[in-house]
Amino acid sequence: MPTSPSSMINQYKFEDESELRDLFITVDDPESHITAIETFITYRVVTKTSRSEFDSSEYEVRRRYQDFLWLKSKLEEAHPTLIIPPLPEKFIMKGMVERFSEEFIETRRKALHKFLNRIADHPTLTFNEDFKIFLTAQAWELSSHKKQGPGLLSRMGQTVRAVASSVRGGVKNRPEMFTEVNDYMETFSQKINVLDKIAHRIYKEEREYFNEMKEYGPIHTLWSASEEDIADSLKGVASCIDKCCKATEKRMAGLSENLLPIIHEYVLYSEILMGVLKRRDQIQGELDSKVDALANKKAEKDLITEEIGKLEDKVECANNALKADWDRWKQNMQYDMRSAFTNVAENNLRYYEECLATWESFLTSQTAALHVEEDSEDRP
Amino acid sequence: MESAAAEPSDSRPREEAAEEKEEEEDGDGAAAAPRSGPPPAEQPPAPAAATMEDCLSKKIEITVSEAEKRTGRNAMNMQETYTAYLIETRAVESQNEGQCSPVDSLWRRYSEFELLRNYLLVIYPHIVVPPLPEKRADFVWHKLSADNMDPDFVERRRIGLENFLLRVASHPVLCQDNIFYSFLTQEGGWKEMVNETGFQLKADSRLKALNATFRVKNPDKRFTELKHYSDELQSVISHLLRVRARVADRLYGVYKVHGNYGRVFSEWSAIEKEMGDGLQSAGHHMDVYAASIDDILEEEEHYADQLKEYLFYAEALRAVCRKHELMQYDLEMAAQDLTSKKQQCEELATGTVRTFSLKGMTSKLFGQETPEQREAKIKVLEEQIQEGEEQLKSKNLEGRDFVKSAWADIERFKEQKNHDLKEALISYAVMQISMCKKGIQVWTNAKECFSKM
Repeated sequence: MPTSPSSMINQYKFEDESELRDLFITVDDPESHITAIETFITYRVVTKTSRSEFDSSEYEVRRRYQDFLWLKSKLEEAHPTLIIPPLPEKFIMKGMVERFSEEFIETRRKALHKFLNRIADHPTLTFNEDFKIFLTAQAWELSSHKKQGPGLLSRMGQTVRAVASSVRGGVKNRPEMFTEVNDYMETFSQKINVLDKIAHRIYKEEREYFNEMKEYGPIHTLWSASEEDIADSLKGVASCIDKCCKATEKRMAGLSENLLPIIHEYVLYSEILMGVLKRRDQIQGELDSKVDALANKKAEKDLITEEIGKLEDKVECANNALKADWDRWKQNMQYDMRSAFTNVAENNLRYYEECLATWESFLTSQTAALHVEEDSEDRP
Repeated sequence: MESAAAEPSDSRPREEAAEEKEEEEDGDGAAAAPRSGPPPAEQPPAPAAATMEDCLSKKIEITVSEAEKRTGRNAMNMQETYTAYLIETRAVESQNEGQCSPVDSLWRRYSEFELLRNYLLVIYPHIVVPPLPEKRADFVWHKLSADNMDPDFVERRRIGLENFLLRVASHPVLCQDNIFYSFLTQEGGWKEMVNETGFQLKADSRLKALNATFRVKNPDKRFTELKHYSDELQSVISHLLRVRARVADRLYGVYKVHGNYGRVFSEWSAIEKEMGDGLQSAGHHMDVYAASIDDILEEEEHYADQLKEYLFYAEALRAVCRKHELMQYDLEMAAQDLTSKKQQCEELATGTVRTFSLKGMTSKLFGQETPEQREAKIKVLEEQIQEGEEQLKSKNLEGRDFVKSAWADIERFKEQKNHDLKEALISYAVMQISMCKKGIQVWTNAKECFSKM
């Protein structure tokens, strides 16, 4: 682990970057809106900044999920080979969470908050114009801005072309590096999906355990009501079990607040990365087909050569952007995984330490009582 | 806790507890006395109850050391498989002199233990007879097999049977029984010996007992309360065991699911450079964590068995209460019968009919009897009344003796129960502490690995 100050500055960590940040964003205060046609939720987005490009130093706007989707697609459009952070999914079927349940809204809010902050921390994306408009424009301003630019259909067309070109096998000149990245991402994607399932299963098992434990303690209290001599011991055990039950609830909460969301984000990230790689390949493909065209066509040589020149620049830009972002992504991933799993370990330690203290204090009280009994018997 | 006899391999705390309690009660000689009163009429003439030193458990060491699968033919000449248990006994005294006394041994199967217990129940109705371990596995959680042939079940039953023998051997009254002694020492012909005592004939019918329970008017309040207590005890322990089994199931699930980390961490570490080592070693610790639950839950089964024993003891308590109700009902019926006979006698003598009777009606309709007939009837009744009064006297005495001796054993039982259950709860706490410590160790190691990722 790097420890020198200079290397720490070079690591793009969330929390550490707070000293270098000049843009602070929070997402909070979900509010429900009911119109004749639909019901939807808006979130408050508060921005504080010292940047000169911003007219003011503080902004407060309300945004709905659709607006976040729009931002994400604009960023993808502008920077096809940059790794745009994941958005929470539209609607999650598993877990049977209601669309407007508090739990669902809170989970989404946290994910949206992370989304915007990751963009803010990104060396390139943070200066994106649409991002700025998203953070600062009033509702009507945003609507009118959204209507400009290529529509949904043209964006779909882009994606279709990208998929088509990759199907055509436009990867013949793919640099070694990106093949490695592709291979890595295929395995990573598999593993992270498995981890996602495991983490959810652990949560489920812990919750079922918690449910049974809730019933376990009270039985001892019930029993103590028909006993005299051992009533105290029984009540003691009941109290210990109840405390352990609460501790297990905390452990569960820790899992759902930390590990589960992070693993889920990286499941989404693995899809995003595959998309980025495809788009890079597509750009490469455009160049390759122009080069082929040059070889075949005798006329328009100059025109094609000029176009090739532009495309070569484009490819080089795309490759460099992706490489830099890939390195950055890998470092962040390592950090996120390390802190998430360390947090899990800490939660479990805290759980076992709490339970240990409870049972040890019960044991002490029992053996102290026994000694008192024995002592009183020794006396004539 | 000192114990005179060397402990058998799977000594349970209660064996020492039984001996310890005997030492406690030693100073309080009064505790032993009530039991040596005149035995109830149904008992064979028994000597005074043993003092603590004479208890069989102090003289011989008893173990149920092995279990073996056997095949044989049953009463209907069909082939059956059963388990036989090896009972070993060894005199204690010679051990003190440094000599190793010879071990006697014989094989018994579960049904023979049942026969022994049924015999004790009939012959000593005023004693809370120790229960046998369950015949079939109950309160199982999913991993445990409900199969009687399952080696874990057989092992736990072996321990339970040993415990049963030790309980009987350390009971001041039961330990003196010849049939019990023969059970331990005489392999052949024991069954015949038991059957020859004719104890089955002395058993009260279920129907008779049920009838008495409903109809008895004035049972001793203490027994009524005891019956309620034993109902509550049975209900609460069953509930506890059921929930414990479910909790164990869930706990098993939590631990085992962590075992899935190992493989995926290992596969993931293959594509990582810096994170690889941390992932790999963390995965190993997760495997250790997942595996640790097996021993933990195995130990907990022994705790469950300790509770189960008292679940079954509740039935033994109820049996003593039922016997009291039966005797009391019998007494009430006899008194009622006597009263009605006296009344009949009086009516005949004075010629007044106070109560309605068919005889009275018919004599009104068809004329009264001759004086000679009446005299004869009165004579018969007077004889019956005489007999009845004597019987009532002896039944009363029987009843009082039963109450006295039963209650003494119940007090002994209560102390034993409180001691054993308290210890069981303590041992449960010890188990939980050990589980927590193991958890702390594993997750400390895992945390270190994760921090190196």
